[in-house]
Amino acid sequence: MSNISFADKLNNLAEEASNLALKAANLSAQANTATIDYYSQAKSMPILHDSGFNPTVVGLTIFALACFVGYYVVWRVTPALHSPLMAITNAISSVIIVGALIAASPNSMNFSSIIGFFAVILASVNIAGGFLVTERMLTMFNKNLK
Amino acid sequence: MSSTISSFLYLISGICFIIALRGLSHPSTSRAGNYCGVVGMLISIFTTLTLDVVQNYAMITIGLLIGGVIGAIIARKIQMTALPQLVAAFHSLVGLSACFVAIAAFYQPEAYGIGKLGLMKPGALLEVALGLAIGGITFTGSIVAFGKLQGTITSNPLVFSGQHAINALMCGIVITLVILLCFSQSPVAFWLIFFVALTLGFCLVLPIGGADMPIVVSMLNSYSGWAAAGIGFTLSNHLMIITGALVGSSGAILCYIMCKGMNRSFFSVIIGGFGNKSKDFQKSEPASNQISVREGDAGEAALILKKASSIVIVPGYGMAVAQAQHALREMANLLKDRGVVVRYAIHPVAGRMPGHMNVLLAEANVPYEEVLELEEVNSQFEQTDVAFVIGANDVTNPAAKNDPSSPIYGMPILDVENAKSVLFTKRSMAFGYAGVENDLFFRKNTLMLFGDAKKMCEKIIQSLN
Repeated sequence: MSNISFADKLNNLAEEASNLALKAANLSAQANTATIDYYSQAKSMPILHDSGFNPTVVGLTIFALACFVGYYVVWRVTPALHSPLMAITNAISSVIIVGALIAASPNSMNFSSIIGFFAVILASVNIAGGFLVTERMLTMFNKNLK
Repeated sequence: MSSTISSFLYLISGICFIIALRGLSHPSTSRAGNYCGVVGMLISIFTTLTLDVVQNYAMITIGLLIGGVIGAIIARKIQMTALPQLVAAFHSLVGLSACFVAIAAFYQPEAYGIGKLGLMKPGALLEVALGLAIGGITFTGSIVAFGKLQGTITSNPLVFSGQHAINALMCGIVITLVILLCFSQSPVAFWLIFFVALTLGFCLVLPIGGADMPIVVSMLNSYSGWAAAGIGFTLSNHLMIITGALVGSSGAILCYIMCKGMNRSFFSVIIGGFGNKSKDFQKSEPASNQISVREGDAGEAALILKKASSIVIVPGYGMAVAQAQHALREMANLLKDRGVVVRYAIHPVAGRMPGHMNVLLAEANVPYEEVLELEEVNSQFEQTDVAFVIGANDVTNPAAKNDPSSPIYGMPILDVENAKSVLFTKRSMAFGYAGVENDLFFRKNTLMLFGDAKKMCEKIIQSLN
């Protein structure tokens, strides 16, 4: 008798334990989703945008500082090298290829990706041509240095 | 690749571009700078290719290869005298690819994460429209500049009445359309911006004459940078913003230097028609006190050069046209062998693009140290025996200092008049670009050598031997 009731008790205990485990798993899953929700909400919280994280404002900050860098760097370029300066700035302004590559990137062909493809060609003509012409000019200048 | 890593790599490539420009402060560091620029560009391309959105590698590789090969061939084949038109042509490509990227972004904003077709954020639309407009102006403006430099379009200023009003009107239309686009998302407004910008670029450069081309080429250089920055804002790509700002400010500085070299305001250059404005001046009979010019041949020139102990050579666009730089260098070598001190004086606006003469002289192996800028050389003319002016005119005209009524009054000039004697190599007595008489031709110590610059140098070489 006592043996049987002991076994039953054991069984009950085991059931309770497994129920508890299930509840714990459920709770942890809930906690998990709650955390995720919290973070995703936090990410899209407008208050962050207002405090200077607006991409356009960040862009403008970078733009203004880069203009100053450009100003001071270019004034130090010796006038004799103004032609190579034009050629190299022309080559680096083809960094627009970054946008062209993204436009040409989708696997499906459509109007945008075809336009992007042509933009890639144009920009890479410029990159190769610009850097090589600069190199040609600079080689000539270097040859005549003492 | 995570966006943190890609942003970081874009930053590195931006720094590479800054170092590339910094390298140009002296020829000895310039080539390392150029390589740095190449590395920056490669980093930016590879970073973009590893982004998740990029899938179609086959098409991209084909595009890169086609463009790269064409660019390499052009860069290898091009003659150094054709450099200004090459740079203009390259600017037009940047302008057109900026337009293409703007169009692609407008029709597939999802790829750039800036909304959906017809439902773009007004801010993004504004940036796309600015990139498109500036790109369009750069494209057609550079094509006209290319045509003028190549000689396919007349390099005379083409001015017609009401032109400025029409240009101003077109500017107004573009601005109105941009505002309209931001509120309506209308593709019609988008395409109209494109076409009006194209027309505007065409009309802006057409009235500008040949010798103002250094300013126009610098201006277009600057525009191509602003266009890239505009597209950078659209895509929130900081590398494009940094590079666009660098290129834009570089072009603007060159523009400023060129305008100063001509003592003209940027605005007056854009309004155009320098040659025409001075028509009245030109038509007035040449000064009555003039004596006839003293014309000489190569033999006389050789004699004068032989006797000199120091000469300064003043090259101008005429030297580039005649491709005389090699013959000139040979002549200078012969004189140097005789113990004559030879130097070269470069006016900031000589030629058709900033630094044009320096490149040609470098091509002809003229030592870098012998080539002097205006400020360095002007005080030295007084101790100079012979100033040898080859294919230049307005930049030596003393009227810029003496005659307040002259259209070029106030322009900095090379003081060749202070040299003991002046040799002018010119094709004819024709006026320079400014359309004004040069007093210097009629002075006693001036000898005019009429003919092609290259042939004249070759004849002088024969006489020297």
